[in-house]
Amino acid sequence: MNMKSTVPNTLVFFLACFFLLVNAPQPMAQQKPAAKPVTEIRIGYLRAYEPQLALSVLDIPPEDEGVAGANVAINDNNTTGSFLGQSFSLDVVQTKREEDVVPVFREMLARGEKYVLTDISAGQLLSIADLARENGVLLFNVGSTDDILREQECRSNVFHTAPTRTMLADGLAQYLVWKQWRTWVLLYGSHEPDQLYADAIRRAAKRFGAKIVEERLYEDTGTARRTDSGVVQVQRQMPVFTQNLPAHDVVIVADESEVFGSYVPYRTWDPRPVAGTAGLVASSWHPASEQWGGSQIQGRFEKATGRRMLGKDMQAWTAVRILGEAATRTSSNDTAKIEAFIKDENFSLAAFKGQKVGFRRWNWQLRQPIFLGDGRGVVSTSPQEGFLHQFSELDTLGVDQPETACNLN
Amino acid sequence: MHRYAYLLAGTIAAVIQTGPAWANAVYVSNEKDNTVTVVDSKTMEVTKTINVGQRPRGITVSHDGKLLYVCASDDDTVEIIDTATHQIIGSLPSGPDPELFVLSPDGKTLYVANEDDNLVTVIDVDKKRVITEIPVGVEPEGMGISPDGKTMVNTSETTNMAHFIDTATHEIVANVLVDSRPRFAEFKPDGSQVWISAEIGGTVSVIDNASREVVEKITFEIQGLRSEAIQPVGVRITSDGKKAYVALGPANRVAVVNTETYEVEKYILVGQRVWQLAFTPDGKTLISTNGLSNDITFIDTATDEPIKSVTVGALPWGVTVAPN
Repeated sequence: MNMKSTVPNTLVFFLACFFLLVNAPQPMAQQKPAAKPVTEIRIGYLRAYEPQLALSVLDIPPEDEGVAGANVAINDNNTTGSFLGQSFSLDVVQTKREEDVVPVFREMLARGEKYVLTDISAGQLLSIADLARENGVLLFNVGSTDDILREQECRSNVFHTAPTRTMLADGLAQYLVWKQWRTWVLLYGSHEPDQLYADAIRRAAKRFGAKIVEERLYEDTGTARRTDSGVVQVQRQMPVFTQNLPAHDVVIVADESEVFGSYVPYRTWDPRPVAGTAGLVASSWHPASEQWGGSQIQGRFEKATGRRMLGKDMQAWTAVRILGEAATRTSSNDTAKIEAFIKDENFSLAAFKGQKVGFRRWNWQLRQPIFLGDGRGVVSTSPQEGFLHQFSELDTLGVDQPETACNLN
Repeated sequence: MHRYAYLLAGTIAAVIQTGPAWANAVYVSNEKDNTVTVVDSKTMEVTKTINVGQRPRGITVSHDGKLLYVCASDDDTVEIIDTATHQIIGSLPSGPDPELFVLSPDGKTLYVANEDDNLVTVIDVDKKRVITEIPVGVEPEGMGISPDGKTMVNTSETTNMAHFIDTATHEIVANVLVDSRPRFAEFKPDGSQVWISAEIGGTVSVIDNASREVVEKITFEIQGLRSEAIQPVGVRITSDGKKAYVALGPANRVAVVNTETYEVEKYILVGQRVWQLAFTPDGKTLISTNGLSNDITFIDTATDEPIKSVTVGALPWGVTVAPN
């Protein structure tokens, strides 16, 4: 699939035309023949993409992960927009993982983009954040879970619909503690994201009264993920790796890099449940969630894309819907009005998670429930019952206002 | 005693059509176990359980009480049940995923919200034929009709609008933005206003039917309960137009609202995740479906006190009461 910017533009244009045709009655227009002109709201989408491997072929991210969610939200916005004379379109720009994104972002600026979703690394995001602010552009981080983007490196023009690692770890920890599985061992990978995830788990353990009785590092020595007889070795390797651990209730794996984590369930020395980046996994969405009207967005997504909706799709859907909601409610595509609307303390959105979602005003992180599920279904959603908070129970997940290192001024 | 009650219940079910004023059949759709529970409004006991299609939600009874219509959402159809025999005798071509509907005051037309297709389907009930489909916002849900039958209101959950539709032309004549996830539309008996609940927004918007503008936004506050748990869904207004009842979902309460002052006068504790509401024809009793506790609660509308809760099927969703 070609993800160059021109192609989705054409597609979006076609979709917009299609929507105009489908909604031909144009209700308001019929009453008032001199209907208001259609206001166009363009949304940019900057992503760093390269095919990724996973230990299980089922876990290989689809090529349009994220973008597909944004497109479904564009369609949703356009249905609403057809009643109000607003039309939304998506401009997708793709780069590589380690590439300098400043040149392509400058091109987006030249095209007049005022709202840009980003699915790029924290470093890439920071390389354009201030440039965006100087040009009055709002960024929506739909991809990075790095806490630092909401803490030391937070920005007043960067909103985050992706949850942080601390939110994910806290959501998981609350459930394990609720289950009275309080004694953990932590197996973590040797790459930076694995270490960051492990840090979030250590923090969550302290926060919710769980105990990590032992930690083990799994060094990535560079093995091929696909070998015909690899499974034989794995079956011998994983029990040994988890042998002689102190008594524990759960094995937590921190392996975002997919080096060993997915091999751990069912292969531990002691028969114990596995959670973390494998086994019971925390995320912003689950492809099998049908609660709270979820079957409707799932159905819509599957009809549009032919696959199930993943976390990043939901994060992008939410960002585009936030912009749609702001444009609809302010009847405007004026950046200042839209920013003020989103930053209002009463701003909220329905996102199929059982309660409204909205932004933490101290760092513009979306507060949202966290799904806990395995490969098949949803096991629970956090916050769990009994984890109370004076303002919002959703703020029991992740870094809370009193502890934040973010200073937006 | 039990045998006697059972026999009595059977008799009541059989004579419902001729309708002794003191007992009405209450029909409850149970979303999770694909059944409709029949409860006697007088004895407040279950008299019958009817197996229906998958995921029954919206439920209404014909104005003569002879036919029951049930949205079998996952079967993409509206089932017709003979209330005398409790047999499914046919279906209506509802379009995909019907969730809620409303019957016109003359009983001839059924307006169905199709959640998956952003459509309202208009059905000729006698001919069992689709008259037309009206494109509306994303995830149409709530359906209300003015007492004169001239205006139908549909709410769309992701678009967050109340769409006012002229039932003569089948065209949208006004779109009114309301709060997040509007679930239900209820006209006042004099047709002057329509009340729209917003589940995620946590409010009820009162829209003037002449100006088509929001004239009041009702909010709810319950001590000891976080605001996110207050999720208004079902709304019913008394026949004298003086009181409105609002089911508050996971807040487990029904709010009683004074329609003149718009003040919440009382919160009635019912069961868990209270969803939809229905009056008995004499208006003396209100019945709520409490999804998570698998029961319905009878409420005395004179005192606004709960009278009794009755266990029905799994995840009770909608409720309607036979008129006779």
